[in-house]
Amino acid sequence: MNSTGSTTANTLAREQKPHGQPLWLLAELTYKCPLQCPYCSNPLDFADTGAELTTDEWISVFRQAREMGAAQLGFSGGEPLVRQDLEQLIAEARKLGYYTNLITSGIGLSAERIAAFREAGLDHIQVSFQASDEEVNNMLAGSKKAFQQKLKIAREVKAQGYPMVLNFVTHKHNIDQIDRIIELCVELGADYVELATCQYYGWAYENREQLLPTRAQLERAERITNEYRETLKAEGNPIRLIFVTPDYYEERPKKCMNGWGEIFLTVTPDGTALPCHSARMLPIEFPNVKQQSIEAIWNASNGFNHFRGDEWMQEPCRSCDEKEKDHGGCRCQAYLMTGDMNAADPVCAKSPDHHLIEAARASAEAEHPATAITYRNERNSRVFARSG
Amino acid sequence: MNAAVKTDFRVPVLGSLFRFQWEPAQQAYVLLYPEGMVKLNESAGEILSLVDGQRNVSAITAALREKFPQAGDLSRDITEFLEVAREQHWIDYR
Ligand code: SF4
Ligand code: SF4
Repeated sequence: MNSTGSTTANTLAREQKPHGQPLWLLAELTYKCPLQCPYCSNPLDFADTGAELTTDEWISVFRQAREMGAAQLGFSGGEPLVRQDLEQLIAEARKLGYYTNLITSGIGLSAERIAAFREAGLDHIQVSFQASDEEVNNMLAGSKKAFQQKLKIAREVKAQGYPMVLNFVTHKHNIDQIDRIIELCVELGADYVELATCQYYGWAYENREQLLPTRAQLERAERITNEYRETLKAEGNPIRLIFVTPDYYEERPKKCMNGWGEIFLTVTPDGTALPCHSARMLPIEFPNVKQQSIEAIWNASNGFNHFRGDEWMQEPCRSCDEKEKDHGGCRCQAYLMTGDMNAADPVCAKSPDHHLIEAARASAEAEHPATAITYRNERNSRVFARSG
Repeated sequence: MNAAVKTDFRVPVLGSLFRFQWEPAQQAYVLLYPEGMVKLNESAGEILSLVDGQRNVSAITAALREKFPQAGDLSRDITEFLEVAREQHWIDYR
């Protein structure tokens, strides 16, 4: 599974100093995963990347980033449970003083391993769901047993006293069930619930027609979420519902990761360091922790300095009076949709490419046969690796 | 200092979602929770550092008074902060 860490962004942003420290380290331990979610944020050519970092290499990354101020550490993937040394990595990270988050699909997790992680000092487990409805969930995860297993794991996580975040990636096929999703989360005793539409990069971009909800679907879902918030609050339930709308229905873009190279540091399975988990798609050479220290990567590498400041901007961003607010939007989205990574994010109504977003909105209104979904698996990944 | 103030026997404990610690890189106390962090200002940090599930509110106030004798009467500030902290679920009362 994979997460963008979007809840953190807002909280951390308030605290950041000018030219920030890497407060949030996302360790993508492996690209291996038993599921095949069609909106996975891993690169399309993941089957083609190099050898995974060793246990010692990861520990060194954790130590260096901690010295530079990192306080949150997310274990992600792929499916991080696939790493046999996960217990050891958690223990080392905890010793260094991190708040440790495990971001998992729950597949391959057992009560014993949950207990072993607790012993090692794991602070929190986030379980990702595809839908509240068993069939839709299984269709999207490409697995039959997935849903029952997730329910079992979520109950076990709570029973062992962890704080629990449940993450539901919402899209066209499940967003109309938002009431059932919320009720399931309440029943499972979640502390936080993230109801986030996927970002359309990577696999999700390939499957956008199948995933992007219509404006009417979104508005309905947001209204229902607000109603639940009020009811639950009145009942004294401390559960927090976080609803994230896709920027495709905005007229101004979101700021890139609260600033490119300001807070987030992602390290991928082969040691490539990125300002965000999607940035690998950009035609920029990113540094690798096997060759450089985290300090050099964060402060001095071309990859991390590339979009700091605003010298790189072109029109309409360059002379725009709103550029401090959104910094021209998401670089990956600009590149993906326009082929130019310095362009304004097409979400912006001032962008000459905004019609691309409008066309996607129109396409969301149309029916598409469900057979057209491209699942994230190794065979499909090799196809992308060859053609890419 | 007001001798008429009653002892506040409530015992605050840290909320189960939060971890409290000193962050050397930020020279500040912080609260860490799933995928998030709150950086605390100095007085908030000093108050929470005394929340240990043993001391009651009056004991916390007394301890701070001893640590910061020049600060004057802190009890109002402390009560106010603890109220906010409780609303945020940072603390609860045993
Ligand atoms: S033109 Fe560029 S800087 Fe201005 S609002 Fe749009 S994306 Fe942001
Ligand atoms: S531009 Fe790339 S690096 Fe920045 S937020 Fe978008 S996806 Fe992430």
